[in-house]
Amino acid sequence: MSQNFRLENIGLINRDKKLSFKFNGKTYFGYEGDTLASALLANGVHLVGRSFKYHRPRGFFGAGVDEPYAIVQLYRNNETEPNIKATEQELFEGLEAKSVNCWPSVNFDIGAINNFLKIFLPAGFYYKTFMWPKSFWYRIYEPFIRKAAGLGVASIKHDKERYEHKYEYCDLLIAGSGPSGLSSAYAAAKNGAKVILAEDKPRFGGSLLTSDVNIGNQSGKDWADGIIAELKTMPNVVVKNRSQIFGYYDHNMLVMSEKVSDHLPSTKKYHPNKRLWYIRAKEVLISSGSIERPIVFGNNDTPGVMLSSAAKEYLKVYGVLVGRNPLVFTNNDSGYETAIEFKKHGVDPIVLDSRKNPKSEIIDEAKNLGINIKNSYVVVAAQGYKKVKSADIASISEDKKQLGKIENVKCDCICVSGFWTPTIHLASQSGNKTKFKEEIDAFVPGQSKQNERTLGAANGIFSLEETLKTSFAAGSELSKKITDNDNEVSVPNVVEKKSSQHDKFWCVPLPEGKNYKRFLDFQNDVSVSDVEIALREGYRSIEHVKRYTTLGMATDQGKTSNLNGLQLVSEIENKVVPAVGHTTFRPPYTPVSIGAIVGREVGNHSKPTRKSPMHTWHEKNNAVFVDAGVWLRPRYYKRGDENLFEASKREAKNVRTNVGVCDVTTLGKIDVKGPDAAEFLNRVYTNAWLKLPVGKARYGVMLREDGIVMDDGTTTRISEHHYHMTTTTAQAANVLSHLEYYLQLVWPELNVNVVSTTEQWAGAAIAGPKSRDLLKKLFPNSDVSNEGLPFMGYMEGDLFGVKARIFRISFSGELAYEVNVESDNGNFMWEKIMEIGEEFEIQPYGTEALSTLRIEMGHVAGSELDGRTIPYDNALEGLVSKKKDFIGKRSLQRAAFTADDRQRIVGVVPIDKKTSIPEGSHLVKDANAPLPNPKLGHISASCWSVEHDNPFSLAILKDGKNMIGEKLFVMSPLKNKIIPVEIVSSHYVDPKGERVRS
Amino acid sequence: MLYIKCPHCGMRPQTEFSYGGDASVKRPELNKDISDQEWDDFVYNRKSLRGKHLELWQHISGCRQWIKVERDTSTHEIFRTFRADEEVA
Ligand SMILES: [Zn+2]
Repeated sequence: MSQNFRLENIGLINRDKKLSFKFNGKTYFGYEGDTLASALLANGVHLVGRSFKYHRPRGFFGAGVDEPYAIVQLYRNNETEPNIKATEQELFEGLEAKSVNCWPSVNFDIGAINNFLKIFLPAGFYYKTFMWPKSFWYRIYEPFIRKAAGLGVASIKHDKERYEHKYEYCDLLIAGSGPSGLSSAYAAAKNGAKVILAEDKPRFGGSLLTSDVNIGNQSGKDWADGIIAELKTMPNVVVKNRSQIFGYYDHNMLVMSEKVSDHLPSTKKYHPNKRLWYIRAKEVLISSGSIERPIVFGNNDTPGVMLSSAAKEYLKVYGVLVGRNPLVFTNNDSGYETAIEFKKHGVDPIVLDSRKNPKSEIIDEAKNLGINIKNSYVVVAAQGYKKVKSADIASISEDKKQLGKIENVKCDCICVSGFWTPTIHLASQSGNKTKFKEEIDAFVPGQSKQNERTLGAANGIFSLEETLKTSFAAGSELSKKITDNDNEVSVPNVVEKKSSQHDKFWCVPLPEGKNYKRFLDFQNDVSVSDVEIALREGYRSIEHVKRYTTLGMATDQGKTSNLNGLQLVSEIENKVVPAVGHTTFRPPYTPVSIGAIVGREVGNHSKPTRKSPMHTWHEKNNAVFVDAGVWLRPRYYKRGDENLFEASKREAKNVRTNVGVCDVTTLGKIDVKGPDAAEFLNRVYTNAWLKLPVGKARYGVMLREDGIVMDDGTTTRISEHHYHMTTTTAQAANVLSHLEYYLQLVWPELNVNVVSTTEQWAGAAIAGPKSRDLLKKLFPNSDVSNEGLPFMGYMEGDLFGVKARIFRISFSGELAYEVNVESDNGNFMWEKIMEIGEEFEIQPYGTEALSTLRIEMGHVAGSELDGRTIPYDNALEGLVSKKKDFIGKRSLQRAAFTADDRQRIVGVVPIDKKTSIPEGSHLVKDANAPLPNPKLGHISASCWSVEHDNPFSLAILKDGKNMIGEKLFVMSPLKNKIIPVEIVSSHYVDPKGERVRS
Repeated sequence: MLYIKCPHCGMRPQTEFSYGGDASVKRPELNKDISDQEWDDFVYNRKSLRGKHLELWQHISGCRQWIKVERDTSTHEIFRTFRADEEVA
């Protein structure tokens, strides 16, 4: 088949570049500059899909963003994308597309049986029919509906395309490059304002590409080309095509999706597929134009019935005839413009005008060309199943209630025009309360809410002359306000044909004895009778009618159906349209790829990755890493074919018998400085801080005001007014904000400053009975003996020329130290520790061994300080001062927090001393109790105790204090485990804490 | 996305800030004997206002200062912003 419907001498496509493409497996040809829709129509293909509910054949209805029917599954570069509008998809060599919503094929569709069962599928039918009996929904209805009625299919493969986000600021953001957008952009640009002009289509010019007008003694299109060319040379202007502004958010933030690569066979290297622009504009000019609306008549969904403006666009932009025997059905002059274009290109249309005797320049021209015009005539119904074959037409009475004798005329397409609906979505999204404009039977923006102004057809102004005048003025005025420049630009003279008043007529009555489906919403198959049912059943609010019938809820969001739906409700309810009101417009204006919204924050980029200065060493030494917040930490260092369990056991055991070293750089570190630092810490921590001497560290617990433990860590007094606070890795950022909150807002009188120093220090924990021997060799000039550096002591040292901080603190419960050096020296420190530690059989240990060591010691960490526990629960009540006040103290008096059987940390050992206990399991008294089995507590952390060589867990257990020695059961329905256990002390190793002081 | 004027840094996008709740809440003084009700009002009880609301934000990815923002909770309109140490009439 070879583009039989393509004309030779018209269109903006590039005929030098022929492209081949496939639709439903069949190969066709088109040209560069085509859309998939125009290329299919050039080949006479009108059947592209099936409708949502009844699976009726679907063709093309529009030529752009408003298209309700022509939704395809696109295949490009071995990827697939669902729900692409054929009217928006530009053709490229090798494009492949398939129909959606039809099974097994577009020509034979099993779902079309719904069409014959339509008596069972009225409005609200999903709600009514499928809700009962309940079990039928899951087993029968839902799977059936999914198979038969789904839209496209999303790819389950990883999306290899790249999507970018861009943030931009400008003086004027102008949405749409039609006559209004061009005029205001030009005027503003001349005043030196920073302008962004966005056009969703590939070509700039909007209606000027298809209208027969003259601006400044040239055709509208030539004028548009000239303006765009000049704007592109101006450094203060960004001109973007293929870019849809889809959302208007708070404080003049708009979001635009730029299709960078969709028109290419594959995305160029280093280019994104789409780019999402977040634009903060001082002023927004909405020049989004208008969308033609249909007139409703019988079988108005038959392929071949389309908007008259679309037929004109296919002809003038793509050189494509949508039919050779067209019928134009109109209630205004726009239909004539389409008819005139047909006539000029050798096709004889018939025009049916619902008006009795309209007069205008356009109509005169049509008459002069000899076009067959029938006044007071309407299309009653389209005939034909997969394509329009003829139309039943009739005269209509002046009150539009009575039809004359039905006649049948042959035609192959019906081009319908029910006047124009301003595209007010962006204005409405901005918060603008729209108002109904009687003269045009449509809503237009009302009082501006943000810094936005709507111009031209989007504002209900259909005269080109007035549009240019007001748009030039708006561009000048707003830019002048910002730049203070006042460069006069003269408005070019305009030649356009004046139109006559449209007919307030939108729906053809049914002829006697006929029950044609008359569709309002073409994508969701909502017909006039559906809305009638909804109203009959008592739905009144337009929002409810919408949801009950699904009118305007399809992917096209009712761009062609909303107003006719309102007209119908207003007619039945006998209310004026503004009293019915319209449903809320919400972003996005058109569907946006999820990929574009996500941007580059996928996979490893979904969060930053922080690495310690010793990361490379860990890598070289077979570390297996684990995510710890945004940090990567060594989980264990693999030797041979060890697994996690074996390796961590070896590492932990080596700490208990020799010495180990662990990278603790990730711990949060905060410098607390100032004369009131001690007082501040005294208020932040539960324990006393006023008497901590210089050179000493102290363990502290801080609460939230609600009494829950927020974090713990050691803080060291480095000098008189300088403290070094450590936090857990996970809470570092929260703790800093917390401290800043109290310093800035609650106790501003305290002379204290805090700053994060996490990244300034590299840290190594050196733990084990041989750690002091190692330390002596690392710091030969320092006295690190038990007397020189006692438990919780601090000193500065010289590590082979590098300044170091040495803390005698322990998380493992062994004799241990923590050495900090400036980050740049971290690797040097680590290598020295490993080198000198060799004679003491040092081994690095990862987070898994670290956990094992702290769990069997009964030291709490994030899994116990989980935002639900108070100090008592963690056996930390000894650190809660009775004398002084501190953050959260008052909450600890609450009855639940002082109850006798309050939950408390305990140790848990399986009776068989073999079975590992899954973390998160519940503790119950009776494993066989009926469900729901009362939960007494949960396992917070589990390990294999290297000291006792059996499993050991920590648990938060109700009345834990009095439960030591009890036998309970651990239940894990997830792991399908029931384990008999004994409750023991949480201090499973060295309960007196002698080792750390040794 | 809101556009918030940090009194220290100027106009900055919302993504640089984190929200901190009602700015009119006053922490009871330390060491003061107060009733359960008073304490609960401080810790838990908040009015969920529709309309003008004085609230705290922290310019967390900027100067790290806590600021006060007078915002309409239904329209998001921001009327005024204040430094932490400014008393708001
Ligand atoms: Zn700031």
